[in-house]
Amino acid sequence: MKHLTEFRDPELAGRLLAEIRRTVTRAWVLMEVCGGQTHAIVRHGIDQLLPPEVELVHGPGCPVCVTPLEMIDHALAIAAKPGVMFCSFGDMLRVPGSGNDLLRVKSAGADVRIVYSPLDALALARRHPDREVVFFGIGFETTAPATAMTVHTAKRLGVCNFSVLAAHVRVPPAIRAIASDPGNRVQAFLAAGHVCGVMGYHEYPVLAESHRVPIVVTGFEPLDILEGIRRAVRQLEAGEACVENAYDRVVTFQGNESAQELIATVFEETDRNWRGIGTIPASGWKLRPEYHTFDAELRFPVSGVRPAEPNSCRSGDVLRGRIKPTECPAFGTSCTPWSPLGATMVSSEGACAAYFHTGRFIPLGLAKTAPDAQPAAL
Amino acid sequence: MGKVDFGGVVKDVCLAYLPGIAVGEYAVVHAGFAISRLDEAAALETLRTFAAMESPNEEPL
Ligand code: SF4
Repeated sequence: MKHLTEFRDPELAGRLLAEIRRTVTRAWVLMEVCGGQTHAIVRHGIDQLLPPEVELVHGPGCPVCVTPLEMIDHALAIAAKPGVMFCSFGDMLRVPGSGNDLLRVKSAGADVRIVYSPLDALALARRHPDREVVFFGIGFETTAPATAMTVHTAKRLGVCNFSVLAAHVRVPPAIRAIASDPGNRVQAFLAAGHVCGVMGYHEYPVLAESHRVPIVVTGFEPLDILEGIRRAVRQLEAGEACVENAYDRVVTFQGNESAQELIATVFEETDRNWRGIGTIPASGWKLRPEYHTFDAELRFPVSGVRPAEPNSCRSGDVLRGRIKPTECPAFGTSCTPWSPLGATMVSSEGACAAYFHTGRFIPLGLAKTAPDAQPAAL
Repeated sequence: MGKVDFGGVVKDVCLAYLPGIAVGEYAVVHAGFAISRLDEAAALETLRTFAAMESPNEEPL
């Protein structure tokens, strides 16, 4: 496809890799924040092509992975209510709650629908005025504009049987949390290109400066990722810590201002618990009081939900870049994409699933063919 | 709403966040919404910078 295939060119990748090799003189740890980038890095084997000095650790930017357990349990309780039509992105269906998931609630008779856009959920609400239609609004700054516009439209049209369980999260507070963690190893960040496409990158210079970390806005194709790495390594070697935009065909400093405006109209910042990581101040968006009639959390209060995480899952360490998925004892044994213990094994953007689907669990040398993997959820 | 061709698959996409986007332009789409416009001149410029880098074979050993 135009503007995608050009950025996968192996010859140019070789030039970028050579440039990285020429630049690097000692060991550096870089984090790619976004799960989409993790997926691309593992799928194309970019981490294995880099000089040994450059280590990539995988960040928390996998939306279904960080959606808090209590929110998933709340979703499961709402979905099971009679009269409710529960709408979600497909990759949320197999994410484990406390002992259950949406797919099992669906097979037990609940009306759970996979939608591609919140607008599809709103259309269902208008077609079925006798049903309560609930949309599970998860994701980063890339999907928040979709939820914002949909809630705004529902209010304008007066669709009373529509509501949203809003669990949106923001990237910059997560970068701050990781960079200020005393055990942090990350020396530079590749910021998520599509998030910056919406939000711009004016929130980043203060982060780069106060934590002395280079931040490079990076795209998703192999050449984009190599260029992000090249720029981060150049800064690290030169002792610099600034913000650079290596994805300027999509990202501007200001971002998409009309999307930011509507997000600010519909949502306000809130502290949010990130699954496996803990509460990060001002890292989430919830609906403003003017939109409270569309807030599924308020419309369907549930009691008696006691979130319980399987204690063998180390996804919190994976999401903070402390361990690689293969270092988790459950990886590929008691935890597989077909029977996941943690959300990072479910989503195509989760690091555990990305490692599993590319056969990273087989000792190198034995890996002749990839395992007969099911296609990752969309 | 507008029609966006995803390399062969055509979908209806909300274009409200990209006022003024014209037929033939490229955009980044998330959850049914076009959220960023693709700057073709910047794309070509980036590829030119990569092509100007030394290839590994020309590398002095
Ligand atoms: S392999 Fe499974 S159990 Fe281990 S961290 Fe990943 S999701 Fe959790």
